[in-house]
Amino acid sequence: MTYKFHWEVPLQNLPAFFWGALATLEISALAVFIGLFIAIACALARLSKYPALRRAATAYVEVIRNTPLLVQLFYVYFGLPTIGINLSAFSVAIFALTLNCGAYCTEIIRAGIQSIHRGQTEAGLSLGMTRWQVFRYVILMPTLRVVWPPLASQFIATLLGSSVVSQISAEELTYAGSLLESRTYRTFEIFFAITIIYFVMSQVFSLLSYLTGRRVFRQAWGQL
Amino acid sequence: MPEIFIAFSYKDILFLLQGALVTIALCAMAASSGLILALAIGLMRTAQRFRFLRWPAGVYVEIFRGTPLLMQIFIAYFGLSILGLNLPRFVAMSIPLILYTGAYMGEIVRAGIEAVPRGQREAGLSLGMTYGHLLRYIVTPTAVRVMIPPSVGFLVQLVKGTSLAYVVGYVELTRAGYIVSQSTYATMLVFTLVGAIYFGICYPLSLASQRLELRLRRHA
Repeated sequence: MTYKFHWEVPLQNLPAFFWGALATLEISALAVFIGLFIAIACALARLSKYPALRRAATAYVEVIRNTPLLVQLFYVYFGLPTIGINLSAFSVAIFALTLNCGAYCTEIIRAGIQSIHRGQTEAGLSLGMTRWQVFRYVILMPTLRVVWPPLASQFIATLLGSSVVSQISAEELTYAGSLLESRTYRTFEIFFAITIIYFVMSQVFSLLSYLTGRRVFRQAWGQL
Repeated sequence: MPEIFIAFSYKDILFLLQGALVTIALCAMAASSGLILALAIGLMRTAQRFRFLRWPAGVYVEIFRGTPLLMQIFIAYFGLSILGLNLPRFVAMSIPLILYTGAYMGEIVRAGIEAVPRGQREAGLSLGMTYGHLLRYIVTPTAVRVMIPPSVGFLVQLVKGTSLAYVVGYVELTRAGYIVSQSTYATMLVFTLVGAIYFGICYPLSLASQRLELRLRRHA
């Protein structure tokens, strides 16, 4: 092995990586947060009594879940300008990731809602709660408690998957690496350092999700 | 719009289909070799007598599940050339995908092995079975049934994952689509086709996975 490693390249550029990591967190957090609202709407649509709604939501979920994120990203990136919408690469990245995340979260939320026994809803209604109240207190809150662990893993999956958006030159952690790589050609060292950053982030968030799952959600359950 | 269809010819479609074949070949390679790795990882993670084998396998799984596949591809691809290995591109591309498969499928194998009730293993041991016999006659029949639905589901993830070979310039379906879109400017048409091909590969697998899971739950 004659290759001489230059670890000083990633080490000297840690600030750039730090801002990149923040952008990655921002993209993933936005995608999951907005995606969650899409997911709740689509999960309700999938369980509704109107076949058209059910089919539309199912089509959305299946198309997104059975095609690669990279292709979805290109589709949105090249497609939006053709219908006259010009967004920055960063916005396109958030848009595509949100759509992607929404589909995966739909399945999580749907499973959560279905885990609530029908009798609970009927009990709520017979106590004179409105349908909205039943949805909010009897279905949504307990569902969120059930779906917390899979949602947290979805957040981590999105965090890791968001590295793909560097391919449309949206500025986040992987893009910061590519930019540095094009100046220094230290591909291996740079991407090795970035991989470590991703790994640390994913480990921190899985620990956080474990702790919040134990503390916050059990407490919330007691107060309900 | 008509000029799009003049620029876009049947040759482009053939090129895309060729890309799809490469994608399928990559998946087949990663799934088959990855399965062998995954069996080893799953057995290590559930080791009874040699418990010290558990942690290296655990670390391996955590690393590959805790980092982006994109980075794994970059590192493997450039790392191999640093090591001075001049592998054919298909092999070089397969290596990160095999390692990735080993980690995810390893967890599926582990879950399968752990799904076998403890009492059954103990019954086997008390009958004087060896570890090999235990695996063959007691663990495997249950574990394999539990493993099949998530494994088929993982194949979908793998097919989608191979699209990331795009980043190192390897011509599979996504890169083929990109090349065609750059030469014909029929971007939307091309990516609709590419998406449709991926969907055509993945959707049957997703459906199969769901069906198998339902059947498993009914039997349980």
